[in-house]
Amino acid sequence: MTAGLRQIAFYGKGGIGKSTTSQNTLAALAEMGQKILIVGCDPKADSTRLILHSKAQDTVLSLAAEAGSVEDLEIEDVMKVGYRDIRCVESGGPEPGVGCAGRGVITSINFLEENGAYDGANYVSYDVLGDVVCGGFAMPIRENKAQEIYIVMSGEMMAMYAANNISKGVLKYANSGGVRLGGLICNERQTDKELELAEALAKKLGTKLIHFVPRDNIVQHAELRRMTVLEYAPESKQAEEYRTLAKKIHANAGNGTIPTPITMDELEDMLMEFGIMKKEDASLIGKSAAELAAAV
Amino acid sequence: MSITAEETKAQITQETKARNRALIDEVLKVYPEKTAKKRAKHLGVFEEGKPDCGVKSNIKTVPGVMTIRGCAYAGSKGVVWGPIKDMIHISHGPVGCGQYSWAARRNYYIGTTGVDTFVTMQFTSDFQEKDIVFGGDKKLEKIMDEIQDLFPLNHGITVQSECPIGLIGDDIEAVSKKKSKEFGGKTIVPVRCEGFRGVSQSLGHHIANDSIRDYVFEKGGAKPAAFASTPYDVAIIGDYNIGGDAWSSRILLEEMGLRVIAQWSGDGSLAELENSPKSKLNVLHCYRSMNYISRYMEEKHGIPWVEYNFFGPSKIEESLRKIASYFDDKIKDGAERVIAKYRALTDDVIAKYRPRLEGRKVMLFVGGLRPRHVIGAYEDLGMEVVGTGYEFGHNDDYQRTTHDIKDGTLIYDDVTGFEFEKFVEAVKPDLVGSGIKEKYVFQKMGVPFRQMHSWDYSGPYHGYDGFAIFARDMDMAINNPVWALTKAPWKQH
Repeated sequence: MTAGLRQIAFYGKGGIGKSTTSQNTLAALAEMGQKILIVGCDPKADSTRLILHSKAQDTVLSLAAEAGSVEDLEIEDVMKVGYRDIRCVESGGPEPGVGCAGRGVITSINFLEENGAYDGANYVSYDVLGDVVCGGFAMPIRENKAQEIYIVMSGEMMAMYAANNISKGVLKYANSGGVRLGGLICNERQTDKELELAEALAKKLGTKLIHFVPRDNIVQHAELRRMTVLEYAPESKQAEEYRTLAKKIHANAGNGTIPTPITMDELEDMLMEFGIMKKEDASLIGKSAAELAAAV
Repeated sequence: MSITAEETKAQITQETKARNRALIDEVLKVYPEKTAKKRAKHLGVFEEGKPDCGVKSNIKTVPGVMTIRGCAYAGSKGVVWGPIKDMIHISHGPVGCGQYSWAARRNYYIGTTGVDTFVTMQFTSDFQEKDIVFGGDKKLEKIMDEIQDLFPLNHGITVQSECPIGLIGDDIEAVSKKKSKEFGGKTIVPVRCEGFRGVSQSLGHHIANDSIRDYVFEKGGAKPAAFASTPYDVAIIGDYNIGGDAWSSRILLEEMGLRVIAQWSGDGSLAELENSPKSKLNVLHCYRSMNYISRYMEEKHGIPWVEYNFFGPSKIEESLRKIASYFDDKIKDGAERVIAKYRALTDDVIAKYRPRLEGRKVMLFVGGLRPRHVIGAYEDLGMEVVGTGYEFGHNDDYQRTTHDIKDGTLIYDDVTGFEFEKFVEAVKPDLVGSGIKEKYVFQKMGVPFRQMHSWDYSGPYHGYDGFAIFARDMDMAINNPVWALTKAPWKQH
């Protein structure tokens, strides 16, 4: 493996904006002259569309299924080159409800490693589906694959819940494989006290909030054109935000920590502390809006 | 004052019990504390008068020990379904499970293999990485199409699930249903016997029994019955026809005037399974693997079932009379006629072999039936079973065992490789009867051995014919002159 290769992974709740955040950040890293390889580990295979300007690229697993097995593939068959020479690979997987996508991730990553996909890269970035649902999706965390995990989250309860869960996955392999939690990336949803909550959660998890990415419609405009903001509007304020995030990640090498995940109760206590949930709120549990209105 | 023979016997029994208890304590000392605590529950010394053997059973094996057990797939594919000769049984999943269960357990059958019968052939979906990732349902459909094309005389298909099928969530039920419809209502049975289910092959037997209930009896019920009943119809349940066992049983039932309308599952066919609910009595040999379906036929169709034992003349006589008691005098007389007819033969066998085998001690470790069923046959030859245990028996098996064993017998449930070796070293039996994995361990220790799963490629052992072969084989093992040569000449003294 190339000396000085940094392997990072983006995890987070489904729909939180992992792929968008990661591709914009990696585009910014490419601007800084870094050689990047993106490994998409989501059966939807949409981790590289902004870099390649394409709907979905041929995936390792679909090509392997056509050819017979992964042993029949060449690395050139599955690797595409996009914006600023960023190299892109999608693992792919079965249609929803069939087969074992987790095993697919394991197969793909092993294939890429064995066939020298990482040669010459400064960064390998894994973009992984939603929650860590099974061992397969923990593959980038295991066996010295990704060294730093970045969790994309927001001020929403379920996003924080997922972040805590992912921390548990990191903790599980932290001692055996050396993986570390790089930090949280908060993708603004404009919920109450979002920045404060994100910082508090980061503290609880024994990590830090790497960057707070403000909400900006320009991201959607760029996405519609299947582009990163860096490419679509390089002078924009949002592009600058991603550059800042990229610099912070670049400077964060070796600063990862072993996370200290918390219990569900502790998480709820934290929400109470911030006044998002009130102590008295216990009486509200399971009550519909109409019932509450009637009670007043 | 002289000591009576009975007092001497009682004293010997007390000594045996003390030795066995000390032996159990000794093997337990080697284990870590937690393991010893768990294994202690599975080892015991039988106390006469107790309702069971004093051991726990059907519990998960402790990791780290060498167990002799198999898995649920082995119980379904290898035991219950595999011998049904006119159906094709797909080992669904990666190739190993099918490869290592290829050719079955010497379940003899009549038919032309590859044309109308398929027992010794092996069909597997040979899962590859892509089948795991993308699911194997399409491949399964294709296999069924190929089976239909290449083996048009098959009467049905079963899908024997290997572990990955349950992990990746394949819908083998939907595939089976679809293909059954396409093939004009052919019986296609999805069996959820993934190996990780349960603690041994025993759950596989149960799952397979349930699949016969659901897919042969309840779904196949609409088929017209071209079947003329007689009052003397019986079905043999739980005889796998190892080396022809079911055949040597069947002739006795037929000679006493019964009509055997089905054999489960050795040399059995789908039609026989379908016809079984029309029998007047289900005669059950292997209780452990087929009590479930017998109970079902009793509840649903009102068919009584009776356990029987065709090992050795004493048990055969007892069983023939027990079976006859369900019928009229014609059959009862028939049973007596059969017993009388074969008495000369068995007397000859005993006259020839008993003097060569008298007083010899045996230790057994087999699956779920034979650890108790073969004891009578040994005793008919003057031999004594001093230790026994089941791979996958349940508590009801250990209860039944109490009728066959002597006070002080050493009992070992799901015995570990280590325990079995230590027990044999200390007890020094004249014969060990167990499986292929145990055979060479004990033969190399210089202890005569017979395989009690496969009859060591001999058999049949059931019935009167089988008893003659059984006696010859035990003599052959124990009195083989080779055992006199196991010590180097310079170590003789």
